[in-house]
Amino acid sequence: MTKAKKGDWVEIEQLILAPEERAPGIPVDTRATPLLLRVHGFILHDAAIGEFAQVKTIIGRELGGTLRSLDTAYKHSFGNTIPELLSIGTEAEA
Amino acid sequence: MNQKDMSYQALMARKNEIMKASMGMDYDDFVFSPIAFDYERMMAGTGYSHEDIKRIQAETKAGNTPLFELKNLTEAVRRISEPGKGARIFVKDEAANASGSFKARRASISAYEAKKKGYKGMIAATSGNYGAAVASHAAQRGLKCIIVQEVFDSRGIGQPEIVEKSRACEAYGAEVLRLSVGPELFYVLLRTLEETGYFNASLYTPFGIRGVESLGMELAEQTRALTGKAPDAVCITHAGGGNITGTARGLLAASCPDTRIVACSVDLGGLHMASDRDFNRKSFTTGHTGFGVPFATWPDRVDVPRNAARPLRYMDEYQLVSQGEVFYVTELLSKLEGLERGPAGNTSLTAAVTLARQMEQEQIVVVQETEYTGAGKHHNSQLAFARENGIEVRRGKPEDNVPGKAIVIPERLSQLAGKVQDMDKLRFSYIRNAAKAHPASEWTDRDFSFIADDIKKDTAWVKAALANITEDKNDK
Repeated sequence: MTKAKKGDWVEIEQLILAPEERAPGIPVDTRATPLLLRVHGFILHDAAIGEFAQVKTIIGRELGGTLRSLDTAYKHSFGNTIPELLSIGTEAEA
Repeated sequence: MNQKDMSYQALMARKNEIMKASMGMDYDDFVFSPIAFDYERMMAGTGYSHEDIKRIQAETKAGNTPLFELKNLTEAVRRISEPGKGARIFVKDEAANASGSFKARRASISAYEAKKKGYKGMIAATSGNYGAAVASHAAQRGLKCIIVQEVFDSRGIGQPEIVEKSRACEAYGAEVLRLSVGPELFYVLLRTLEETGYFNASLYTPFGIRGVESLGMELAEQTRALTGKAPDAVCITHAGGGNITGTARGLLAASCPDTRIVACSVDLGGLHMASDRDFNRKSFTTGHTGFGVPFATWPDRVDVPRNAARPLRYMDEYQLVSQGEVFYVTELLSKLEGLERGPAGNTSLTAAVTLARQMEQEQIVVVQETEYTGAGKHHNSQLAFARENGIEVRRGKPEDNVPGKAIVIPERLSQLAGKVQDMDKLRFSYIRNAAKAHPASEWTDRDFSFIADDIKKDTAWVKAALANITEDKNDK
């Protein structure tokens, strides 16, 4: 899906600081990247990914930015099994 | 209306006025010099008694958490200790607070204060458990909440532990401003405070730290009730310093002046905290040396003019542990004690094991927190993520653990060692930082006595240390 309909829960992105605007003294690798902000909200109008979008956040603030994603799901998990952990605390290691 | 200049420089220049407006408190009332201020007057100035704090916390489901004896772990430690050694290990199950960590104690007082002063909402800049705590306690007081978090690197990827923290904040109804890597998080915090007029629920206000005092007091009362005496040592996971400061102050208020205060952090030596590349190679998002050392050696580097968290004032010992050691103990806690808890909170449990081994069997060591666990906030999640990102994960000797390269999980309990830090080295470092903040040639008696109190020494010691440092400099 690349198009959001008014009222969809979406993620927008704002450019906060371009690389040349970043704070002095930060590491070189970080300095080469922009400071980005992402936030979720209900979109106030139809828009396609990459277009400007205005959202209302969960607390009711209106924020604008580039529509980044329509997929706002959290997908973090317990991760793949780490076999190295399994035998800790068992008879095998008593 | 005049359009305000929102550039980084212009906004940072408005820092003091934004802070004042967002806290309803003027730090100038306590300040003597760029170094010295009246710490105790600032803490008392919150106006809350210990009873008030208890009552406020009980209203929003914080405090009164259980203290459990870890009998099976104690037995396991005794089996690898010399005869007669192996102190009793207890843990305060802080995961039982609303929002799942001791940070609820801080947030509950901040939320109460924000509400009392008439703010419509509160904001905190944090990538730790404090975000969920502020969100949960704001919700309970009917306040709006914004959490500013450093979440993802330039590839858009965040450690599972941090992603879970974002999720938790949203679960409690907060707006989460998720940022890429960099210290300019502070700029976003200031900007958002100015835009909204909300309360700055900084981790480092006197309200927050006073909130942790109840942890130390409860712990003392519960240990006495269960064992008939005060704890001999309390192990405290150390990052920003509020956990140690509040707990130690609570122990003092509960008449435990002889309890040894042992701080503990995960050693992340070699990784740069503000580096985009290192961001996802830490495998811990808090409780580590990237916060622990700088905040101990100079507390006044935070989002408020003077920090109420002053770890060296209270710390007797500082132990570093490896990532692998903490993950090992986290697994052991589940298997031996039936308590599945988050890894970051188990940092101090790791130190407790090595400490208990050196202590007599009738002595008591208390681990003063646990944190909740779940998808992302779990040692298996963090290890799986590390492995996917090219970090070696294996069993072996803890000394082979290299932060960002290899996580080495001990093969057996007897390998847990921790590394005791040289406290005087930390104190020297503090004095050097103080001299950077305000030239030592201009220090008054008040500065010397403040520094002495702040690092748990006397003024003669501070003067001798300063002379040594100056000599060293002249030699170079």
